[in-house]
This record gives sequence, structure tokens and C-alpha cells, in this order.
Amino acid sequence: MKSLKTLVIAAVLSLGTTGAVQAQTPATAPADAPAAAATATPAPTATDAAATTAAPATDTAAVPAGDASYVPMKPTPGVGQPVDAGWNFQPQASVLGHQAYGLSHHILLPVISFICLLVLGLLLWAIFRYRAAANPVPSKTTHNTLIEVIWTGVPVLILAVIAVPSIRLLAAQYEPPKKDALTIKVTGYQWYWGYAYPDQGIGEYVSKILTEEQAKAAGEPYHLAVDNRMVVPVGKQVKLIITGADVIHSFAVPALWTKMDAVPGRANETTFTVDKPGVYYGQCSELCGVDHGYMPIAVEALPMDKWKAWVRSKGGNPDPQPAAAAAAAPAPAGPIPATSTTAPAQTPATAPGATPAASPATTN
Amino acid sequence: MTDIAATAPVHGHADHAHDEHDHKPGFFVRWFMSTNHKDIGTLYLMFAIVAGIVGGVMSGMMRLELAEPGIQYLHGWAQFFDPAAGDTQAKHFWNVLITAHGLIMIFFMVMPAMIGGFGNWFVPLMIGAPDMAFPRMNNVSYWLTTVAFVLLVGSMFVPGGSGLGAGTGWTLYAPLSTSGSVGPAVDMVIFSVHLAGASSILGAINFITTIFNMRAPGMTLHKMPLFVWSILVTAFLLLLALPVLAAAITMLLTDRNFGTTFYDATGGGDPVLYQHLFWFFGHPEVYIMILPGFGIVSQVISTFSRKPVFGYLGMAYAMVAIGVVGFIVWAHHMFTVGMSVNLKMYFTAATMVIAVPTGIKIFSWIATMWGGSLRFTTPMVWALGFIFMFTVGGVTGVVLANGGVDTNLHDTYYVVAHFHYVLSLGAVFSLFAGFYYWFPKMSGRMYSEVLGQLHFWIFFIGVNILFFPQHFLGQQGMPRRYPDYAEAFTYWHHISSIGYAIMAVGMFFFFLNLVYAFVAGKKAADNPWGEGATTLEWTLSSPPPFHQFNELPRIA
Repeated sequence: MKSLKTLVIAAVLSLGTTGAVQAQTPATAPADAPAAAATATPAPTATDAAATTAAPATDTAAVPAGDASYVPMKPTPGVGQPVDAGWNFQPQASVLGHQAYGLSHHILLPVISFICLLVLGLLLWAIFRYRAAANPVPSKTTHNTLIEVIWTGVPVLILAVIAVPSIRLLAAQYEPPKKDALTIKVTGYQWYWGYAYPDQGIGEYVSKILTEEQAKAAGEPYHLAVDNRMVVPVGKQVKLIITGADVIHSFAVPALWTKMDAVPGRANETTFTVDKPGVYYGQCSELCGVDHGYMPIAVEALPMDKWKAWVRSKGGNPDPQPAAAAAAAPAPAGPIPATSTTAPAQTPATAPGATPAASPATTN
Repeated sequence: MTDIAATAPVHGHADHAHDEHDHKPGFFVRWFMSTNHKDIGTLYLMFAIVAGIVGGVMSGMMRLELAEPGIQYLHGWAQFFDPAAGDTQAKHFWNVLITAHGLIMIFFMVMPAMIGGFGNWFVPLMIGAPDMAFPRMNNVSYWLTTVAFVLLVGSMFVPGGSGLGAGTGWTLYAPLSTSGSVGPAVDMVIFSVHLAGASSILGAINFITTIFNMRAPGMTLHKMPLFVWSILVTAFLLLLALPVLAAAITMLLTDRNFGTTFYDATGGGDPVLYQHLFWFFGHPEVYIMILPGFGIVSQVISTFSRKPVFGYLGMAYAMVAIGVVGFIVWAHHMFTVGMSVNLKMYFTAATMVIAVPTGIKIFSWIATMWGGSLRFTTPMVWALGFIFMFTVGGVTGVVLANGGVDTNLHDTYYVVAHFHYVLSLGAVFSLFAGFYYWFPKMSGRMYSEVLGQLHFWIFFIGVNILFFPQHFLGQQGMPRRYPDYAEAFTYWHHISSIGYAIMAVGMFFFFLNLVYAFVAGKKAADNPWGEGATTLEWTLSSPPPFHQFNELPRIA
């Protein structure tokens, strides 16, 4: 195992350098983008070919059809993913994430550390001061109303103080989404995710884990890397409508302080606004069967213009008319869903019954 | 609660005198048809030790697998059960391990040891009663537990969907436990939990009846030892919570086998309903596991401080308050299920309230030591370890109580660390405190103090290395119930597994100590702990006569 581990580390390191070079390519020379994309995309496409058969067909068909300047972003080490021997929360990249991290790190952590140290200090002092050798005759005190009132009242006050930012955070997390929020429909399957952008006319596409070799080849962390990411624009509120197709899954992205169960028959809603471009990984967070540990999540946040290019590369319309968006969406998207719906259809074993019940069209 | 021993010793020794003529039944009748509360308590304790070994070995297998990224051992283990097992069966076996470990440790280790073992042994002794109110029901209760355990272990050998055994997690969430797992394994687990629950309900009725009706003359409720209080509150929690679990899992059974759709959205049901019902039981359940521990720790701290418990009434009613509030906080286990903001705010606030009575208990224990004359015997160091470790587990509970913060930490290793701090370092520490405290009384022999101290210190260091890094893993985003993980999680997982190995060495000294005590242990005096031990069991011989208190002690 040790040898395998060093091998993996070596591979990741060597790929990291090539990855950095690749990442610069589209940024410095957007004019060459089609060529760059053509050379850069084979990695995930080839992986698709190994994993699925229908999904890559969508990709290769969509790329020439739309704007081909989208290249999957390279993850930045230490951003949106765990770090070696890391102990703290992942750096937050969403508005609510900063607020929640502030509560957790600047209020709760000091308070609980203080309480632990206080109890430890009192215990150690009592152990030292009142050991039998130092205090052979025990006192007979068994009551002290004042001190009992204090140690009941002070915790109440501390909790009341904690409760204010805590309730405020909940209120912020539950603020109704803005009218122009980007809606993405998320469906958990055994054992992969499906994403659809109904307003942009992007039908559901499937997001599956990359094998260890594929992840290494793509310069991404194994267990977290996926073939087709969820792609969102930076600075724009994203509204997720989440459901489960078979059993309960949970859509979670630690760096965006986001976690919401994907429950069959329910359309759960949650929102986030990413404030930095990047790739943010997450993993299914509700036991869902054999491959529970193998259905990761990757959210790629791009500047608006690049995101629009991605939408076009998927054959969608990045600027739907706001008023008629919902109604107009299916029309331009016609051919695309036709191909993409084949992807979930590959897995007839899963119960499709619950999915329609949670269609975002009704929740919008 | 403290001056109750004043008039009792005379009676204890009087009993002892004619006890040698006690007619004990023959081996089979005594151990298989037992109606004696002490024998049943012993059976429960032995059962809990066996189940604890099984559940502990399972956690060792899990820590071994998690020591390095990648899957190293699961295939081999799965092939032990099914020679044809492949990749899917190997990963399924992981889910079987987490399911069985959770159920065994909760239903077949902690509960039988605390309630069945120490409760049966010492509630009658401490209230001055000759036996439990319903001795035969006591026996039924014990044997139901063993049958339940056999069913649970047996489920690992029958198909459960993707492989042998039930891989649903101990929570048995629908629809993974209904449409998600075909085969008899999950049915066996459900039936096992049914039986364990029925056993606990019978036990709870027995304890409540005994405590309310069989206290010695003069022992008012407000003079009862805190351990008896803790069992009384626990029994009420069991009585109120377990029928809800029984209903919930019965509906699982009918969903699985008879075409009902209680938890199936396509038939008008709701998977989240199961979670509400389950956690309405599940949250009181965590107090069921820890309250008797509170009682044990109170007795031990008081004894070895040579001082009555500080704020006795506050301690008793703090347990009552924890029990009551414990029933109205359940949905904090399901914060990410998609609930309304008002509900989440309520459950956040209500959950934080529990910290107040818990704080009262922590501070009262310290105040009990304050001004005392402390002796750091093995039970005392376990109790001291309990106080600090339970505090650590408790404050992370306050973090998780915040619904908005839980969004990130829910179902991560932070939660695993939290509940192992309150259970594996809380409940289990109190179990060891109780075991060493009462071992001389139960067996009539002294354990080795050196081995006991070694057990404590090695175990203490081990479990902290084992579980503290899991906070870090959780904050970094490591989800629960994963057989494998991203490279970056390796460091803390590896350290955590080393912690397990250290803990296992500690357990070796525990078993060594048991062997030592029975082979070469000194004979225990009636009260080996001196004047700090004031409760009635110390007025009897060690071990106590087969039938005690034929003449009821009178409490001043």
C-alpha cells in the first residue's frame, strides 16, 4: 500500500505541474480556444467512454454546436477540497459560508474551548488541592444556593448570546431566493448525480465519479473528481431544487456551506452564491447503499462570461427571456434533452417514479 | 441520600449470618430460568461484555480498513461470509459493519450493561428491596435480549440486497431499508430491534414498579441514591420512547413485505416520516444510554471524595429535566432533511437548552469533590475521565445544535467524534467506573489496582487519539459511513487508527484484570471503599447473600 501511495503522490505532483500549464492556456490565448479545447477535452471525454456510453455522445455533439471556449477548470490545491492533515473548515467561498464560518469559528469555538478549559482547570485544581493527603478531613458542605443559581444562570446567558447569531444565520440561510437566481435541478441516483438547468434549456446530464486513473490524468483528487461538473456563475445566486430518485442522498459541498438531503418525493430547495471562481468538491452525505462513498459532487464556479460559454457548449441558452423563461425553455432545448435523457435511462434499475413528482417546473 | 446507611448494617449482617444456608437452585435452573435479580444482572453483564467484544472487533476492522486510503481488507472479509464476493459485496460488507457496530454497541452493549446489568444488580440493593417486583418478567426481558442479539448476528449471513447482511446503517432509514434492500437480512434486523425494544419495555416496567413500590421503610424518593434516580428516569424514557420505535419499524416491515407505503412517496407516504418517528425514539435513546452513567458517576465521585453529592436535589431534577427536554429535540438529527425555518429555529433553541441541566451536573460533580478528601482509585479515575470527556462531547453538541452550523457538519466525522465522545468516552467510561466500583461487591474479590490504573490510562490516551482527530476530519468535510476517502484525509485517519490500537492494548489489561481477580484476587470486605460508601449495598456481604433484606432495613 505504501508504494501505491507514493506512486499516487508522485503522479499527482507531476500532473499538478502540467495542470498549471494547461490552466494557463485558455486564459492567455482565448483565440486558440477551440484548438486548446480540442486537446484538453479528450481527457474527460475519454474517461466518459470508459464509464458510460451515452454521456460522451452528448459532450462531443454539444461542443461543436455551441461556443467551444469552455475548458474544465483545474482545481486549486487547498481550495474547495480537504488539505493534507487539515483540521479546520475548508476556506469558505460563499456569502453565507463566511457568515456561518464566523459563527462557528469566532463565537462557538472560543466559547466551547473556554468551557472545556474551565472544567479541566477546576478538575485539576480539585484533584490537586483536595487529594486525601492534602485534605484528610472532608468538608460537610452539600448545598450552596447562590453558586447553584450562578451555574444555572450563567450557561443560560451564554446560550442566549449564542442563540442570537445562530438564529440570524438560520434566517439568512432561509431567505427566499432572488427572482433572477439560477435554478438547477439536482437529482440523486444510486450512485451518481443528475443536474439540469431548466431555464437555460440544459436537460439533465449525469455526473459520475472518475476512476483513480482518470482523476490522476485530469490532475484532480480521486474520490472527489467527477466527469461532468455542476457549473455555476460567480456572484449570482444559485437555487438548487434537490430530489432523490431511489433512496435518500444528500448534496453537500463543504466549501459552500451547503448540504441538503435528496429525498424521493420531495423537492428540497437551498441556495448559495459563490464569491470566488474555483472548483468546489463535495460528497454524498446520506448513506445510500453500496457506492455511497463513490458519488462525489464537483461545483465549478466561473466568471459570468465563461459560464455563458459553458452553457452554450452544453447547447443551452444562457440568456433566457426572464418573463417567459420557464415556458420558453423546452423549445430551444428540444434536441438536447433528447440526448441527455438517455443518460439516466441507462439505469432502468433505479425507480424513476419519484423524479417527476419533484419536477422544478412545479416548484418554480 | 447520604445518611441512609445509619441503621442498616445490623440487618445486612443478620442476613449474611443465615445466608450460608440459602438454597441456591441447580446450575441450569439458576442461570437459564433465573428469577434472582443479581443472577440476571450478572447474566446481563456477561452478555454485554460478549456483545462489546463483537462490536469492538467490528470497530477494529473498520479502523484497520480506514488506516490507509484504498480498500485493502473488505474483499477478504466479505469472502469469509460469501466465497463468491466481489467488489460490490465488499463495499456492502462495509455498510453491514457500520450497521452492526452501531446496533450492537447501543442495544446489546451499553443498554444491557447499564440498565440490565448494574440496574438489576443495584437498584434493589440500593433501595433495600429483596428483589425486583416482577422476577419472571425480568428473566423474559433478559432472554429476549439474547434472542435479539442472535437475530442481529444471524442477519449477517443472509442476503440483504447487494450482499449478505443489512447495510442500512443503525438508523434503518427508508427507503434504503425498504425498497433499497431486498432479502431477509433487514427483516431480521428489524425483528431483532423489535425484540430488544420489547425486552427494554418489560425491564422499564419492572424498574418503575420496583422503585415506586419496594423502597425500604423511610426511603422517600428524595432519599434515593442518585443511581436509582437515574434508572427511574431512564425507565420512563424507555417506556415512552420504545413504543414509538416499535411502531416505526413495524411500518418498515409492512412497507417491505405487505405492500404498504407509509414511507414511500409514490404511494402517498413520506420517507421523512420515518426519520421523525425514529428520532423521536432515537434522541431519548441517547439519554437512556447516558443517564445511568450519570448515576454511577455520582455514586463514585461521592464515595471517593468522602462527601455527599453536592446539590442532591438539583442533580436528581437535572436528570428529570434532561429526560423531559430530551423528548422535544429530536429533529436536530435531521437538520438537512429539508425542514421549515421555524422548525429549525425551534429545534436549535430547544437543543441548546439541554446544555443547562447537563452543566448543572458537571459543576455539581466538581463541587462534590471540592473540599472532599479524594482517593484516586480505579473507579474514581474513570469517573474523573468521564467528567472531562463528557464535557468535550457535550460542547461539540452545542456546536451541532446550531442548525446553520450543522449544515456543514451534518453526517461528517465531526458528528462521529461528538457521539463517540459522549458514548465511547462518556457512557463507556461510566460503565468501567461502575464495573470497578461494584466488582468487589458483585464477585467478592478485589481486582488489581495496578492493572485497573493501566487499563484506564492506556484506554484514555487511546480513545482520545482515536476520536479527537475525527473532529478535524469532520471540519475538513469527511463524510460518515465511507469505506474509502480522498488522499488528503489520510493523515488523521491513520492517527485515529493508531488510537484504536492503543485502546485495544488498554482493553487487554481489562481482561487481564478480570482473570487476575478471579484467580488471585484478594477477598473483598463488605465495604472495601471506607466511609465514603454510604449506600445500602455496602451494608451487605461481598458478594451479597442470594436473597437479601428478608428483614427490611429502616432508613432514618
